[in-house]
Amino acid sequence: MCGIIGFIDRTKSRMDGSSIKAALSLMNERGSGDGAGYAAYGIYPEYADYYALHVFFDNLGESKKKVDELLEQWGKIVHQEEIPTTPQPGIKKVHIPWRYFFKPSEDLMAGKMASENDVVTYIVMEVNSNVKGATIFSSGKNMGVFKASGWPEDVANFYRIQDYKGYIWLGHNRYPTNSPGWWGGAHPFNLLNWSVVHNGEITSYGTNQRYVEGYGYKCSLFTDTEVVAYLFDLLGRQHGLSYEMIVKALAPPFWDDIDRMPAKEAELNKAVRLTYGSALMNGPFAIVVGTEDGIVGFTDRIKLRPLVVGENGNRLYISSEEAAIRVLDPEVKNVYTPRAGEPIIGRFIE
Amino acid sequence: MTLGSVPPKFKVSIDRDQCMDCGRCIENCSYGVYRREGDKILIESRKCTGCLRCVAMCPRDAITLTEKPIDYRSHPLWTREVREDIIKQARSGKIILSGMGNARDLPVIYDRLLLDACQVTNPSIDPLREPMELRTYIGKKPSKLNFRKTESGDVELETKLAPNLKLNTPIMIGHMSFGAISLNAQLSMAKAVTELGTYMGTGEGGLHRDLYPYQDHMIVQVASGRFGVNIDYLERGAAIEIKIGQGAKPGIGGHLPGEKVNEEVSRTRMIPVGSDAISPAPHHDIYSIEDLVQLIRSLKEATEWKKPVFVKIAAVHNVAPIAAGIARSSADAVVIDGFRGGTGAAPKVFRDNVGIPIEVAIASVDQKLREQGVRNEISIIASGGIRSSADLAKSIALGADAVNIGTAALVALGCRVCGNCYRNLCPWGIATQRPELVSRLDPERGAVQVSNLIRGWTMELSELMGAAGINSIESLRGNRDRLRGYMLDEGMLKILDVLPAGA
Ligand code: SF4
Ligand code: SF4
Repeated sequence: MCGIIGFIDRTKSRMDGSSIKAALSLMNERGSGDGAGYAAYGIYPEYADYYALHVFFDNLGESKKKVDELLEQWGKIVHQEEIPTTPQPGIKKVHIPWRYFFKPSEDLMAGKMASENDVVTYIVMEVNSNVKGATIFSSGKNMGVFKASGWPEDVANFYRIQDYKGYIWLGHNRYPTNSPGWWGGAHPFNLLNWSVVHNGEITSYGTNQRYVEGYGYKCSLFTDTEVVAYLFDLLGRQHGLSYEMIVKALAPPFWDDIDRMPAKEAELNKAVRLTYGSALMNGPFAIVVGTEDGIVGFTDRIKLRPLVVGENGNRLYISSEEAAIRVLDPEVKNVYTPRAGEPIIGRFIE
Repeated sequence: MTLGSVPPKFKVSIDRDQCMDCGRCIENCSYGVYRREGDKILIESRKCTGCLRCVAMCPRDAITLTEKPIDYRSHPLWTREVREDIIKQARSGKIILSGMGNARDLPVIYDRLLLDACQVTNPSIDPLREPMELRTYIGKKPSKLNFRKTESGDVELETKLAPNLKLNTPIMIGHMSFGAISLNAQLSMAKAVTELGTYMGTGEGGLHRDLYPYQDHMIVQVASGRFGVNIDYLERGAAIEIKIGQGAKPGIGGHLPGEKVNEEVSRTRMIPVGSDAISPAPHHDIYSIEDLVQLIRSLKEATEWKKPVFVKIAAVHNVAPIAAGIARSSADAVVIDGFRGGTGAAPKVFRDNVGIPIEVAIASVDQKLREQGVRNEISIIASGGIRSSADLAKSIALGADAVNIGTAALVALGCRVCGNCYRNLCPWGIATQRPELVSRLDPERGAVQVSNLIRGWTMELSELMGAAGINSIESLRGNRDRLRGYMLDEGMLKILDVLPAGA
């Protein structure tokens, strides 16, 4: 089950969170009240140059002290606060959601830690696997993830989602089957500017996990979706593949199809499978990924999960259900279901 | 004081009411268990090896062959085998020879690993209706790809791929040399792998000219003895394997007894007729990893960098760092042979006591290569005691790209694992060079049997993958999440990096 939705305005005109809440709630049958979440891009224009780190703290004592120390060791915190929430009857508050606006210090970035992104990635891995009582669940710039255990509308009301304005929105309504229904396990999963919502189960998880761990990522959130964010970061940021090429690696054409392609194209596809075989994702999935410059949606190679696309002018919608898209935009046009493994990419217009 | 004789291992008897006196048992037994005296067939049970040829060939099912267990006082420590070995050595003062794989009753890790299947939350995939991809490429892979944009805006591949072997199924047949086994046995397997789109090894016996038609599916071997190695041989193979060690006898070389070296074997191996072919334990030009690199490079240079070069090592305690060293050389694949691997002849003490199980070797090599960030750049081929499609699936889930089978292929040809391969008397025409025995194995039928076996395993592997919701072999490789350990201790689970059943 699970319901997913993704939205982009290509001109960066921003939409508030109330309609995405309504659209996601429409798919409540796809959830179980065990988790829901949102990712919004463009919400922190005043801190656009800083990494917005969203953290779940079990308490503001020891665990927060450790995170503060780590951040201060690697850079500067320019602002921090508790993420404003409104208590909801449907949500049992188990963590304190906190946000930092953080700038890694350039002097420290020598050798292995070559870029700001590497430093932030390191901090996320370090906190999530080694600091008890703290989980960094969002670490991009000018964007943020909001998630908890509960129904979509409760989670939205809890975080006052309607108060944020973004040009990319992702939403996820969860029906957990293979991992515990805890706050960190709700979607979206994020690393840097990559945020992932996912409907399905990745049967290649063990392979994908071992693959990304070979590059220093640590899977610590007990769920298969986490690895998708790391795969995008590895293939997209570190290896510099285009979104089309990443989708080709994660949900490649079948060998039979490759064999029928013209020689050059076949060679390219063969090279992708040989090189990125361990990144290939198996099992049923429909995925939407938020990125620095757009959204990317795709399904597994035999399309075991639904995905619908709709367009209207500068807006592109991707969701599990057409009805959810129609809640967001009753005027939506050009509604269609993409083929298995076909990348749906929405980019900003320069 | 005399040692006396040891009681026979088997008891052979003929049901005289059933027997029609056709004499086939006499004809078929190359060990001379049966002989005719007057109108009676006499039996000498002591000579029986348990090869079961007579039983299989008796038209009347008149022969009964039983193991004789209690001729000694039973004792948990001083078993029959221990005592007999002592007696044998007290007599001969020699090393005890044996054939086939490790015969000790040790727990098999494969049997304590359980595979996963989907229920409800993710669908299992039906291989009859959905594509199931078992195609595997063995060879070096780049760690990442580079592309460039053409002027027309198209994306072009910049990275050049190294030569890889394309396998339609992740099952190959390991190296068994001409000499150790018969030409008909090799021919059977060569026809099978060619038909199936996979590969087999020549062993260190050279490449017999009758195998030339199948050379595109044969991996030629360069072992320490360098038997049969010349440029023509290297150029004929689809790939080249440097053999450093073998699972059945890590740390020692090979020995082909002179009686197996007939005219044909002598020509193929490039050694005199009747001479013992001894390949030493070390390669006399390899005393370090740098030397190995040089050999790999020279073989590549000699074949114009068109062929992948594999390095085969026995699974030993330090296998992971050794494999990591090999991965960093120019090798395209590392072949790891576990302590259950078969052999034509090995000192028994080696076969049964040296080396480690292939399951842990795969897991620790895969882990080490990942830690060093080179796992993707080299293929891992596992061998040594792979008995079924389940063992195959588990090997891949532990991290192998493909497996080599040996004993299983021979069993498909008729071998009854009697363990007497070194005697040149194999009644099934497999481990022998005696023309009258070799002719018992028809290569055409043998090929059908071997390809049936591989095809059957391949189908079972597809079903196992489909049940786990996986439709491409890449997603099973190293997928330890699809395995659970049952009755394995914590230390072992840790090395295998597998959760216990129920977790
Ligand atoms: S093969 Fe069977 S029937 Fe024929 S002689 Fe031997 S025991 Fe008798
Ligand atoms: S190959 Fe022949 S001699 Fe060797 S174990 Fe098999 S049946 Fe016995």
